[in-house]
Amino acid sequence: MAITVKTLARPEAESSYVRATLKGMALTFRHLLARKWTMQYPEQTSTADWSLSKRWRGTHRMATDEDGKAKCVACGLCPQVCPANCIKLIPGEDEKGNRYPLVYEIDEFRCVFCGYCQEVCPEEAIHVGVHYENAEYDRAGFVYDLERLMRQPHEVSTLWDPADPKGE
Amino acid sequence: MRPVTGAAFVWISVVKILIVFGGLLTLIALWTWVERRGAGWIQNRLGPNRVGPQGLLQPAADGLKNFLKEETLPPFSDRVLFILAPIMAFTPALITFAVVPFAAPLPTPWGLVGSAIANLPVGFLYILAIGSLGVYGVVLAGWSSNNKYSLLGGLRGSAQLISYEIAMGLSAVAVLILAGNITMDDIVARQQQSLWFVLPLFVAFGTFLIASFAETNRLPFDLPEAEAELIAGYHTEYSAMKFSMFYIAEYSNMVTASALMVTLFFGGWDIPFTAWDNTPPWTVLKSVATFAAFGVKVLAFLFAYVWVRWTLPRFRFDQLMDLGWKVLLPIALGYVMVIAVAVWALESRHVAFGIPYALVLTVVSVGLGAVLLWGLDRNRVIGGSGARQRGRWRADAARARSEG
Repeated sequence: MAITVKTLARPEAESSYVRATLKGMALTFRHLLARKWTMQYPEQTSTADWSLSKRWRGTHRMATDEDGKAKCVACGLCPQVCPANCIKLIPGEDEKGNRYPLVYEIDEFRCVFCGYCQEVCPEEAIHVGVHYENAEYDRAGFVYDLERLMRQPHEVSTLWDPADPKGE
Repeated sequence: MRPVTGAAFVWISVVKILIVFGGLLTLIALWTWVERRGAGWIQNRLGPNRVGPQGLLQPAADGLKNFLKEETLPPFSDRVLFILAPIMAFTPALITFAVVPFAAPLPTPWGLVGSAIANLPVGFLYILAIGSLGVYGVVLAGWSSNNKYSLLGGLRGSAQLISYEIAMGLSAVAVLILAGNITMDDIVARQQQSLWFVLPLFVAFGTFLIASFAETNRLPFDLPEAEAELIAGYHTEYSAMKFSMFYIAEYSNMVTASALMVTLFFGGWDIPFTAWDNTPPWTVLKSVATFAAFGVKVLAFLFAYVWVRWTLPRFRFDQLMDLGWKVLLPIALGYVMVIAVAVWALESRHVAFGIPYALVLTVVSVGLGAVLLWGLDRNRVIGGSGARQRGRWRADAARARSEG
């Protein structure tokens, strides 16, 4: 069977390119002069139109007490709840019987940033943070130890909206 | 002052070639940047602005990248033609510019130097001849790639260029009738004596404009490289500098087409409303000023290319052929007859060539152009296309509702 091209019998007004072209040109010219929406990322990290949410779940951060020590009591809830199994915790105990983490490592490369560790933490020690720039030259660089987690300067995630804690 | 002759002619020509070639390539490089920034701005983005101030060094970075990329040679391709094709696209695109005069003659100690590299007596025919050679690059690239998409792109390119070459040539015939000569210098001189030919030859300008968009394979007529249908058309298989040469060829075709439109219809290097620039004695200042005038006009057309590219969608192939053969060709052919009759009428009344002569033709042409636009548009100048049809459908629907 011969291949046929279906041609629509359009009225001439619809197949006249003249007006449609001029209208289109006027439109694109308006856009040429209009405001540009691009955010110049490395220089600008937020604009009036867009900024990172307070509820953003990013790079972890360990909270510290007034002595500058980690608040973590090595209860083991966060490695338990972690769905990506990215938290390595070896608990220790000092002479007074206080538990503390001997080793506390989070592999940011494996982390899925669900925020369960922050939710489950009874001491409000481990947090996910409002931060996303964690590029490294090798995989080992993504394993954050306790010192590094405590050094993170960024804000911590609120996880939920304080004005609407139940998400209503 | 006498024109340059003898040995000085040879080396002055060499210098002119170097200057024009360098200037052309710089403009082309710059225009790839303008195109991308223009695209960005039209789409409410910024476009490339990282390399150098405002991204001006982006073309240099692109060029460097293309030099360093791997040259691929597809298996089962025709080696010789595959390597030859980019050269065949690139060369005619650049050498077409050789006959375009872009400034007033420059006085030098060796004599008067015309601005065109070669002031050929057959100037316009040279442009038509060399300009249509560019299609060989497209066709051979498509053929030698041994790729069905490339071949289709090449075939489309050849069909398109041949179709629009006719409309382009015919609309230029009107210019040649009025100029009475085919050297580019005379065409410019005749416009300086009267009006720019865009007014007395309004319709020819319209057809020439559309045809030159098709000739340069630019949107809305970029079917040879329609990426949605043919990947990249004839240059699908090309990489690195070979691809770059096709790219440069496209842009230099644009520059040449813009320069041609300026020369044929916008008075070339003429500065409007004054005769200061086109009467001897020639000075360096006049050369600079007229070159600036020419540059501004060419850049305006180049900008129009960018502007149209980011406005109009691509034609379907049968629509393209319809427009070329059923609309542009009859219009151009009929218009040549109208202009010939009008010129004959004026000449038989012994009207001297000048502004009144051009004004009579302007009235004829603009009137004809208005009738044509009215015919194409059916006098519904306000509202979106198809507004009346939609109105009819709406009325039909309302009637059906009230009856039912």
